[in-house]
Amino acid sequence: MSNFERFLDTFFNGKVMLKYLPDILSGMVVTIELAVLIVISGLAAGLSLALIRSLAIRPLNWLIIFIVDLFRSLPPLVIIVLMYFGLPYGGISPSGFVSTWLSLALVLMAFSEEIFWAGITSVHKGQWEASRSTGLSFGQTLMNVVLPQALRLTIPPLTNRTIAITKGTALGTVVAVTEILGEASSAVSNSYNPSPLMMGAAAYLVLFLPVVVLARRLETKFAWKK
Amino acid sequence: MIQTFFNPEIIAASWPIVMSGLLNTVLLSLIVVPLGLFGGLLLALGASIRHPLVRWTLMGWVDFFRAFPPLVLLILLFAGLPFAGLELGGFACVAIAFFLNTGAYYGEIFRAGIDSVPAGQVEAGRSTGLSRLQAMTHIVLPQAVRNVLPDLLSNTLEVVKLTSLGSVVAVPELLYQARQAQSLTYNPTPIVVAAVIYFLMLWPLVRLLSRLENRALAGRR
Repeated sequence: MSNFERFLDTFFNGKVMLKYLPDILSGMVVTIELAVLIVISGLAAGLSLALIRSLAIRPLNWLIIFIVDLFRSLPPLVIIVLMYFGLPYGGISPSGFVSTWLSLALVLMAFSEEIFWAGITSVHKGQWEASRSTGLSFGQTLMNVVLPQALRLTIPPLTNRTIAITKGTALGTVVAVTEILGEASSAVSNSYNPSPLMMGAAAYLVLFLPVVVLARRLETKFAWKK
Repeated sequence: MIQTFFNPEIIAASWPIVMSGLLNTVLLSLIVVPLGLFGGLLLALGASIRHPLVRWTLMGWVDFFRAFPPLVLLILLFAGLPFAGLELGGFACVAIAFFLNTGAYYGEIFRAGIDSVPAGQVEAGRSTGLSRLQAMTHIVLPQAVRNVLPDLLSNTLEVVKLTSLGSVVAVPELLYQARQAQSLTYNPTPIVVAAVIYFLMLWPLVRLLSRLENRALAGRR
């Protein structure tokens, strides 16, 4: 066997790959479930916090700023470990899936609140005053005048962050979530062959590369004009 | 509650091990941040060669690592390479993975910075007799770095946070040591302490960044 054949046999072993393909596929389903949950709940929570912050209630804003800062400065893996290994001592035992989901959703909430808020504040004050003076309510001004402009402005930084945080679903493997990396790692130790890991890596690319390319397009489309 | 999550005796007992973890996290950051910056600079300098083939290759490289979770890269190196007869330690794997992953992110930032400097400046520099490299290092890069400083800082924050991945491949950094202390004491206090340390260490940077970002976004209009 030549070196190249030996390399293929080790890292791209057809038999092993075929055997563990169903595991990797089921891992992909879990990763997609996690990713969708994180993106929806994280962005919704982030936008809600930004909207609450626009009401300008002082003590509430301080609290929001503190929460945002907290989840921006803690590494996601630390939050996951704290939830999964720490909370049970307090009598609450979230599963690995729930720990990963909540942790990453909180992180995305913090980052997106910051971005949404920057978008809202970037809309000129005069626009608020103009809309209010034409008889629109606070809510109507927010929904019909400010947010459409603010959201457009937030798209490039937001897509970037969302992808970076969603990729973090791989961290779930540390707390025994059976997502792609988890499935691939256990397949490697069962088969004593690294091919499942290569499959897992390919699976991530299949899932995330289109999103990254799409994000690049969105970024160019919504790029800030100089 | 305090006895469980913030037990003073456990804090005292696990202090040395947690502190050694903190020291390693700082050392690790001091190694991987320059490594990533270096990788990013190489990428951005490569992309400044305005040849479509070079640009597309580098863009593909950057997109690849933007799509690839850093933990997967790390595990691939740590658990995959030994099958090729190459047994690197956890620390070396972290260094290589960070060089590749964060290098791609830094590269994208540097590239944006270099693009933000008008071409006329390079032409002016070149016409005064500076070489291409001199024009790059003396005229373009200083301005480029200043233009993207918030992004560079923000990515550096992410890199420092990312060093916690080292715990997965047994690098004795802050999170790893805290987990060790937790399993020795059967008490979650060490992890809480580690989280507090991360927060206190990185909070000033987060504050600074949120100011810079707000200003940048508001100024774009």
